[in-house]
Amino acid sequence: MPAVTRWAVRTALVYLVAALGLGVVAAAAPASGLGPTTVHLLVVGWLTQLIFGVAFWMFPKREPSNARLRERLAWAAYGLLNAGLVLRAAVEPLVARGYEPLGPLLVASALCQWLAAVAFVADTWPRVRGRG
Amino acid sequence: MPRLSRIAVRVALVHLVLGFTVGALLLAAKGGAPVPGVLWRLRAAHVEWLVVGWTVELAMGVAFWILPRFRVPPLRGDERPARLALALLNVGVWLVAAGTALGAPVGLAQMGRIAELGAAAAFAVHAWPRVRPPGAGRQAAGS
Repeated sequence: MPAVTRWAVRTALVYLVAALGLGVVAAAAPASGLGPTTVHLLVVGWLTQLIFGVAFWMFPKREPSNARLRERLAWAAYGLLNAGLVLRAAVEPLVARGYEPLGPLLVASALCQWLAAVAFVADTWPRVRGRG
Repeated sequence: MPRLSRIAVRVALVHLVLGFTVGALLLAAKGGAPVPGVLWRLRAAHVEWLVVGWTVELAMGVAFWILPRFRVPPLRGDERPARLALALLNVGVWLVAAGTALGAPVGLAQMGRIAELGAAAAFAVHAWPRVRPPGAGRQAAGS
């Protein structure tokens, strides 16, 4: 299992626990504004990140000459996805409560997560192929 | 990777990009970015593209590829239900997305859900016989 996959899967497990834990808090305090954050930690942090990690490991490999590019795209996707999610988790509940000066950080979070998806697709698309 | 899986995975990747793009714009809007308010009409479509169009379709595509094959052709069993499943799934995703985004009568999204239900049933019909221990299943002809 490549290093980026190990990191992605372990991080996804952390998000699974964190999201379900946050879900307990959100259920107890519906006005907390934690709902969207909880959902995204679960669907993006756990589920999508797990898929990213396993797909990087399991999908047909690209040409050996592209191995370095693959690694860079995979690590970029990992780093950007998690930077975006951590920012979101930290900032979104506060912005929801009116802390508007933190808004640009939420925009940065959005950009990071979007770039992560682009990096993942850039690596994966050419690997979706038949034999030979 | 078989052709049907390649199609499913690529379409799932398209749904991933669509869903993340709309999601990023909506999140940026929450942060004060000047995003057109009309984009909020795509919120339900964002959910549909990612939950069904990305994760469910990817799972179906990979399952079609990875599930145990039979020893005699057709190696993946009857592929027609799997093809039907993917067609219905994508029709369903886009009916739901269009129905919710356009504020169309509830019937459009309902039809989309029915199509998705049909997709699930069709895929189960295809996949069920392939869920088996090693060595079990269709034997070679004559044995």
